[in-house]
Amino acid sequence: MYSYSQFDKDFIAERNKQFRAQVERRIDGSLTETEFKPLRLMNGLYLQLHAYMLRVAIPYGTLRSAQMRQLAMIAEKFDKGYGHFTTRQNIQFNWPKLRDVPDILDALAEVEMHAIQTSGNCVRNVTSDHFAGAAADEIEDPRPTAELLRQWSTDHPEFAFLGRKFKIAVVGSETDRAVTKSHDIGLRMVRGANGEAGYEVIVGGGLGRTPMVGKVIRDFLPAEDLLPYVESILQVYNRLGRRDNKYKARIKITVHENGLDVIRDEVEKAFVLQRQAFGGYDQELYASIKEAFAPPAFIDAPLDAFYAAQNADASFRSFVDTNLAEHKNPDYAIVTISTKAHGKTPGDATAEQMRVMADLAETYGHDELRISHEQNVILPHVHKSHLPEIYARLREAGLATANIGLISDIIACPGMDYCALATARSIPVAQQIATRFDELKLEHDIGALKIKISGCINACGHHHVGHIGILGLDRAGVENYQITLGGDHTETAAIGERAGPGFAYDEIVPAIERLIYGYLDLRSSADETFLETYRRLGAAPFKAVLYPAEQIAAE
Amino acid sequence: MAKKFTPKVLTANHLLSGDVIYWDEKGDWADAFEDALYLDTEKLAHHVLTLAEKQQDVIVGPYLADAALGPDDKPMPAHFRETFRMTGPSNYHHGKQAEA
Repeated sequence: MYSYSQFDKDFIAERNKQFRAQVERRIDGSLTETEFKPLRLMNGLYLQLHAYMLRVAIPYGTLRSAQMRQLAMIAEKFDKGYGHFTTRQNIQFNWPKLRDVPDILDALAEVEMHAIQTSGNCVRNVTSDHFAGAAADEIEDPRPTAELLRQWSTDHPEFAFLGRKFKIAVVGSETDRAVTKSHDIGLRMVRGANGEAGYEVIVGGGLGRTPMVGKVIRDFLPAEDLLPYVESILQVYNRLGRRDNKYKARIKITVHENGLDVIRDEVEKAFVLQRQAFGGYDQELYASIKEAFAPPAFIDAPLDAFYAAQNADASFRSFVDTNLAEHKNPDYAIVTISTKAHGKTPGDATAEQMRVMADLAETYGHDELRISHEQNVILPHVHKSHLPEIYARLREAGLATANIGLISDIIACPGMDYCALATARSIPVAQQIATRFDELKLEHDIGALKIKISGCINACGHHHVGHIGILGLDRAGVENYQITLGGDHTETAAIGERAGPGFAYDEIVPAIERLIYGYLDLRSSADETFLETYRRLGAAPFKAVLYPAEQIAAE
Repeated sequence: MAKKFTPKVLTANHLLSGDVIYWDEKGDWADAFEDALYLDTEKLAHHVLTLAEKQQDVIVGPYLADAALGPDDKPMPAHFRETFRMTGPSNYHHGKQAEA
């Protein structure tokens, strides 16, 4: 993993010192809130419904155990004993006090973390595949690319005040686990005709009030041209992007209004100049970053204990079947730890749970942890012989729920329980759906299913790309939930189609239940997933089960 | 046509703690919605908002929130957003509900 250089350390220390002084000046009245607000936002500090909220960057979702332990310490000392992992692979603390924030930032700096650029109209935390460096299907580890982009974009003077925020995601596999087609720029590592490294560059994707699937602007960009090309995209966006209307200011609208061909021509023109401006230092930097991401020293050990536990313990077997993914080393596994025990808040972990995960990563996981955009925690490198011990520890900590990829593995934004922008609650809807299907004991029978819930049109809960999306709205002063169907967040990305009129708060869980029973009746076999059934049959039969009364009236 | 005025209370968050607070009858900041001054005219509401905006050393983000009078003639929220703000999140016993 990348460790801070002296430059990084000095930069963060200076920024923290600066912000501490800004907080003092706000408290003593030298700064008004109007003056202070952009300064606090640049350092990740929001004002939410009940309190301040501090959003801390977890670059490309990668953490060491010491960092996770420090997050636990912060949760305990400065918050209410927990943290919330987000769909941007970050962590949010929901209850910090203003005076404590400079101390929190200093505590983060001790473990090479910060909250810079987790807000504002700048290039945000670069996200990536949470299985990076471990996945069996990986062409190359995308994290050195993400780190290069992080260094390039941090405090980049030209892009500190863009028309709107700007999000970049990068993957190194055919399988898209980072929702690249819903980002301002999506990068997919590919190989050229002669095996050379490069990227497929996707631009103009996004969710929010105008959801769009990103478009390929370059089929193959040689690896060494990455920064000049990305900088060219940003320059063209900065020049052509709208600033008259914040709802039309994202690059997806720039691409849509100008057309992909115009944007591509402009980018290529800028790229000719940019390519000359980058003198090769970026490639030296990239090479040194790559060294920092060398694979861990994998161990060689017998697997007997693993097979014995698998045969002896049905619940362990279930965990193995559901929460493990294939590692590039066949003796290893990628373990996804669910933060979604039935009835719990998706993405939340207590300080104690964070410490357990940190200990497991340190003892058994080559000191690595990842946060997924699906709000779970990953141990990317686990030798299979250690799985029984890991499972036992997770179980004691309430972290062994075997539900990854199933109906209760729900993405939910904080919604109106915390967020000042929300129009309805998300968390209790997620809790109730998970609890209900656990009671029905249908979860494993239903199989692969992505439910994603947002509490407003901004779509932090990725509802547009959920197989079932739920969008909470305020309809005449009452919470109302719209359902979308057939969304897909992967390499076959699709925006879900709105099913029909929304449902009241107490109607949404029964509506989802009707939908699921309808799917179980409609599927061709137990192997046909919800999404496959939807794609085979279209929306009509699903709408019929969602709105039975309307159907009867129409007949 | 201008939107018809509906009664309000003045609410904000405390600068240091971030806690939800309300402008009360004495011109102080109260913790409970029911202790808020009920602003039943537009003129009064705007006057209080102007006063609150001058207290930036104590508060952050003041605004007028829709309110109604409850059965006991005490102010109560007219919209669910303010109900959540005066209570706390629904997933944990945190916020105002824990202080009561």
